[in-house]
Amino acid sequence: MNFDFSEDEKLVRDQTARLLADRCDSKAVREVLEGRAPYARAVWQGLCEMGLPGTAIPEAYGGVEAGYLTLCLVAQALGAAVAPTPFSSSVYLVAEAVRLFGTEAQKQSLLPKLADGSCIGALAVTEGRTEPDLNALACQVRAGRVSGNKFAVADGGIADVLLVAAGGDSGAGLYLVSTDAAGVTRSRLETVDPTRDTVSVAFSDAAAELLGDTGGQGAAQLARLYDRAAVLFAFEQIGGAQSALDMAVGYARERFAFGRPIGSFQGLKHMMADMYVALKLAESNCYYAAWALATDAPELPLAAATARVSATQAYQLCSRDNIQVHGGMGFTWEFDCHLYYRRSNYLALQLGGLSVWENKLVNALPSAA
Amino acid sequence: MDFNDTPAEAAFRAEARAWIQANAPRQLFEALSSSTFGGLNTGGEDPMQAAKSWQKKKADAGWACLLWPQEYGGRGATPIQSVIWNQEEGVYGKLGGTFIIGQGMCGPTMMAYASEEQKRRYLPKIASGEEIWCQLFSEPHGGSDLAGLRTRAEKDGDEWVINGQKIWTSGAQHSDYGILITRTDPTVAKHKGLTMFFLDMRSPGVDIRPIKQVNGQSGFNEVYFDNVRIPDAQRLGAVGDGWRVSLTTLMNERLAIGGGITTGFPDIHELVSSLPIDRDTAISDPAVRSKLADWYCKAAGLRNTASRAISALSRGETPGPENSIGKLVAGGMMQDIAKFAMDLQGFGAVVNDPALSEGAARFQAMLLRSPAVRIEGGTDQILRNIIAERVLGLPEDMRADKGLPFNRIPTGN
Repeated sequence: MNFDFSEDEKLVRDQTARLLADRCDSKAVREVLEGRAPYARAVWQGLCEMGLPGTAIPEAYGGVEAGYLTLCLVAQALGAAVAPTPFSSSVYLVAEAVRLFGTEAQKQSLLPKLADGSCIGALAVTEGRTEPDLNALACQVRAGRVSGNKFAVADGGIADVLLVAAGGDSGAGLYLVSTDAAGVTRSRLETVDPTRDTVSVAFSDAAAELLGDTGGQGAAQLARLYDRAAVLFAFEQIGGAQSALDMAVGYARERFAFGRPIGSFQGLKHMMADMYVALKLAESNCYYAAWALATDAPELPLAAATARVSATQAYQLCSRDNIQVHGGMGFTWEFDCHLYYRRSNYLALQLGGLSVWENKLVNALPSAA
Repeated sequence: MDFNDTPAEAAFRAEARAWIQANAPRQLFEALSSSTFGGLNTGGEDPMQAAKSWQKKKADAGWACLLWPQEYGGRGATPIQSVIWNQEEGVYGKLGGTFIIGQGMCGPTMMAYASEEQKRRYLPKIASGEEIWCQLFSEPHGGSDLAGLRTRAEKDGDEWVINGQKIWTSGAQHSDYGILITRTDPTVAKHKGLTMFFLDMRSPGVDIRPIKQVNGQSGFNEVYFDNVRIPDAQRLGAVGDGWRVSLTTLMNERLAIGGGITTGFPDIHELVSSLPIDRDTAISDPAVRSKLADWYCKAAGLRNTASRAISALSRGETPGPENSIGKLVAGGMMQDIAKFAMDLQGFGAVVNDPALSEGAARFQAMLLRSPAVRIEGGTDQILRNIIAERVLGLPEDMRADKGLPFNRIPTGN
């Protein structure tokens, strides 16, 4: 058994982490948080120069074809740095959907641009304040034109192309819509995590091109896409959880109260031990899901849901209790605790929340009878 | 990343599997499989005889204490081979419970500190199960604070005279020998005045009294020492070095990787898949699904964490600290599962009768045994301290007894 990442894969993670340490410090994240930039351009450029958006894209389509295990570790490094980039939308969702479901012509035209980062993609599914029902979408495509509204589109403001879930003649499908097409209007939304560009989009007879050549496959395609993307999101989540735990431990060792470091109090110590336990369970589940993703194993739906649920739990716990360890200082804008708290709660809902994934997990369990 | 054996590992697995198929007590398979938590089921057979017979058979063929050198009754195997054996032994491994303390803790301590002659005399019989050993550590005043123990050992010629009391000694009533930690100098700091011995449990003055537990069983004992005499030749390590010797013992109290840890997940999954509630099965209920998903994540997390440890062993490395979370996660989880399973069954679940209760009263057995899991071998709180201090590097707790001679430490009584 070799249940670990290879040295080559870890090398890419370390190189990514070095780039992020150099370009994606708290100051860079706060540029986006405080509205001075829609995303961290220098970070995104650095990632693109390293070819990272093309990590899992085949060489034939302009990628570096380094595989999904490598991409998992890149995701972990991005999550650890709370990177304000459209990487997850463009790479785990749109490029992946094009690779999985696109026609040959769509792959040839889009994947090279998604791989080198000259084109940014975003996925538009949500339409309101409920989990979307793909059989009853308000966005509809008729004769190659989409009309309707999308709500809460991650990275939609900086995207060049949107992948839109919309109803069509034969049911829900995924459609490519250029953001500079006529009839596309985007409005920035305030969210719990302003480090991620988030918009609503109004479509009014905008040109839309079906992804692939068969309509009505949207529900099945999204389910498959989400199972794969969930693994990569989970790696971002455990990356962030580790950073939050490290921050809590660092502070508890240095901050003194009652004449002693606060990390010597069992009330805090045990809280951090529980953060560690949640993180290690999630991390091990992520490893297994990475294997299932990389080998396209039949276990993927269960493995992905398990990684997703435990990584969501771990990140939410670690980010929440990192604030608690910091006390009042953890509630200040000045300290970085809220960056993790915001991102953990944003990521927890993207792709569907905890209850959605708990449900998928139980659906995927082998029968107990 | 892959889950395949190396060719050498596959060959070893095939050899182990073939031997087990040819030699395992198959008549016990069903009974062992239906054992509830804390209760070994060997059908009609005497559990001790069944356990000893399987252990002896394994030892004679070189399948006992795989990691030990051959001259001491082992196989000289590698850690990954030991894991593969545990996986292959499967349900028959449940018969080994009686020998865990002797083979997992006393044996390694003897290996490190006993004389060559003693090792050749005692270790092979620990491996073969012919002699059972216990570990006399905890005391009424020294559990989590083990170094606060009070049992005295006083030198008298070539012998030591022992007086005091131990408690929570697993299997003492079945044991032939035990390793014993004592206080030999109460005037120095508590960790410094301790000395380790081994002794014959039939020595005059040893009085063993089983403790009746919450679940009605008596796996643990009180052991009283009234002027028990131990030859100095049975001292393990130097006088005053008992704490260091005890750490050797405790370091070996590691998770038996590969055998798996009991969480109760398969039991609750099976129950909710068939139990009717509100004209549907329980597993259709969102609240049930949410809990089931959470427990699956924990059970899978432990299994996948074990896979990481096995990979490390396969590469000849030491498993990382993440391996320390097993008991902490499994103990509380099992207790929660028992409570939830009984809640779903309603008031009828108060009945604790293998003939009348669901699954031979498995959830009632979990309910009544799981509190001990969260205490034995390190309480949940001690385990959190260990994770916080040794893994996360947080500062030690402030100790009121630090540096004080043992006999000046406040005791509260």
